[in-house]
Amino acid sequence: MIRLDAIERTYVVGGSPVRALKETTLEIQPGEYVSIMGPSGSGKSTLLHILGCLDRPNGGSYRFAGQETARFSDDELSSLRRHRIGFVFQFFHLVPRLTAAANVELPMVFAGIPPDQRRQRVEQVLEVVGLGHRAGHRPDQLSGGEQQRVAIARAVVMEPAVLLADEPTGNLDSGSGREIVELMERMNRQGLTLIVVTHDPKIGDRARRRIRLADGRVISDDSP
Amino acid sequence: MRGVDLIGFAAGGLRGHRLRTILSLLGVSIGVASVLLLTSLGEGARLYVTGEFASLGANLLIVIPGKTETAGLAPLVNTAPHDLTLEDADALLQRVPAIERVAPIVVGTARASAGDRSREITLLGTTHDVLEIRHLRMASGRFLPREQPRAAVCVLGAGAARELFPQENPLGRWVRIGDWRFRVIGIMAPRGTSIGMDMDQVIEIPVETALRVFNRSGLFRILAEAGSHRDLNRTQEEMRRILRERHAGQEDVTIITQDAVLSSFNLILRALTAALAGIAAISLGVAGLGIMNVMLVSVSERAREIGLLKAIGTTHAQVISVFLVEAAVLSTAGGVVGLIVGLAAGHGLQRLYPDFPIHCPPWVIGAALAVATSVGLLFGILPARRAAQLNPIEALMRRKA
Repeated sequence: MIRLDAIERTYVVGGSPVRALKETTLEIQPGEYVSIMGPSGSGKSTLLHILGCLDRPNGGSYRFAGQETARFSDDELSSLRRHRIGFVFQFFHLVPRLTAAANVELPMVFAGIPPDQRRQRVEQVLEVVGLGHRAGHRPDQLSGGEQQRVAIARAVVMEPAVLLADEPTGNLDSGSGREIVELMERMNRQGLTLIVVTHDPKIGDRARRRIRLADGRVISDDSP
Repeated sequence: MRGVDLIGFAAGGLRGHRLRTILSLLGVSIGVASVLLLTSLGEGARLYVTGEFASLGANLLIVIPGKTETAGLAPLVNTAPHDLTLEDADALLQRVPAIERVAPIVVGTARASAGDRSREITLLGTTHDVLEIRHLRMASGRFLPREQPRAAVCVLGAGAARELFPQENPLGRWVRIGDWRFRVIGIMAPRGTSIGMDMDQVIEIPVETALRVFNRSGLFRILAEAGSHRDLNRTQEEMRRILRERHAGQEDVTIITQDAVLSSFNLILRALTAALAGIAAISLGVAGLGIMNVMLVSVSERAREIGLLKAIGTTHAQVISVFLVEAAVLSTAGGVVGLIVGLAAGHGLQRLYPDFPIHCPPWVIGAALAVATSVGLLFGILPARRAAQLNPIEALMRRKA
């Protein structure tokens, strides 16, 4: 599914180059449940952005489903994000003026899917995340846990192959944090590849495969 | 992405910051309304003037004594222009076959009084045919007689009649003008101002009488009406030739045709309308800057949303079109409001001042809307590009705007 080979990512901060990722090599199979852990500055966010095609590496090779992403145009990367990758963020990133249903619908709107098809699918996905009764509420009328459920519904509405979660519980109390993780794990059991970036071991240790980063390198990669 | 969805999403974005949206929308409205109003005024003025000329008859030729010399040596012989006389007018009527009517004109001001009422008034000495030539209508009585060019009779303009005889019917009464007394034989129908002369405030008397009243021998003008609009130039040449012959070979008159005057007025007033519209368009440009400002603020406020759009696979072109459409929706809505306001204001002005010439040509409505939309698109380009160029990672990491 995902194959990274000697990925390099260097930023220029204040005139001097910073190597955020150093020769990172990684392979993730379809349907895996992977956590990426490490202290801040370890490069885990950079890794997530590269995996999600929001950022391009300076060197090395990233193959998604067998295709070299370095050769993709910006529009092809957009298409990859639209159809194959779902994102869940720490701060939910819901559009505040839109209802829960409209937020979930957004990726389908930009994909040009006809309205009746969209409505059906939104209903279905909101049901899956347990928010069928809250479809008409705006984000500020929802609790943090509910907002994150809407975000997850939005991430999976296009039926992606991979779900990338960046500190998905970082802004939630432990109860609703656990519910969110359980929801994503349920989706993983149905075949969705799940990659969770976190600095919280309680969350990260639930994954079947745990990757630890430090200083831009993979320092451990174990599956119990 | 479907067009309907694009517009829906863009309009939704505008609802996020209502006050700012409404203010910049107002800017466009004011711009569009002023373009509309000023164009209507200019166009109204043009139609008014050309209409006035047309009502005088398109076949009209006007003979003016004197000739404007633009070059040449100082004359060695006395070239003081000959007077334009009644005989000249007769000669034109007799000898130019194309001319069907002539009306010699003498104009001056005098004090007119009736009973104890008195006022300064414009005295117009002329003949019966002026009625046809200038398309004048009578309210009562009859116009100057065809014969008896020296009769002591007068015809009152509607305003003059009202002021000199507020209570009674002026027909058959006497009006004193200078040392002369005139019997009122007719009253004109209200006409209003016609080419700089308020025809309602005029007293018409027979032309020869007028020459005697003012103690002049020369006419102010000769109006000649040709039978047909064609060959107006040839008619003009013939008139020139006859007058030169009568004036000892000197070309000392100017003949202008209605057509020439009409087309130059038309040209001037078109330019005026364009200038007015141009001035108003400046306010549209300012409104465009307002839109750009609002959109730039919107882009930086909604950085997180833009980052998210990119994360869910929105393309560069789609982000640009979202913000362009948003700007266009804003300016078009402003344009519609401006149209309504402008049309309503024009209508209101017309009601308050019915004589005021206002005319909104239909193409202006379409043009104003098109311009409003293009202003939005034009001034939306920079903000939209800025939105599309936003780095999604940085945009997503911004906590709150």
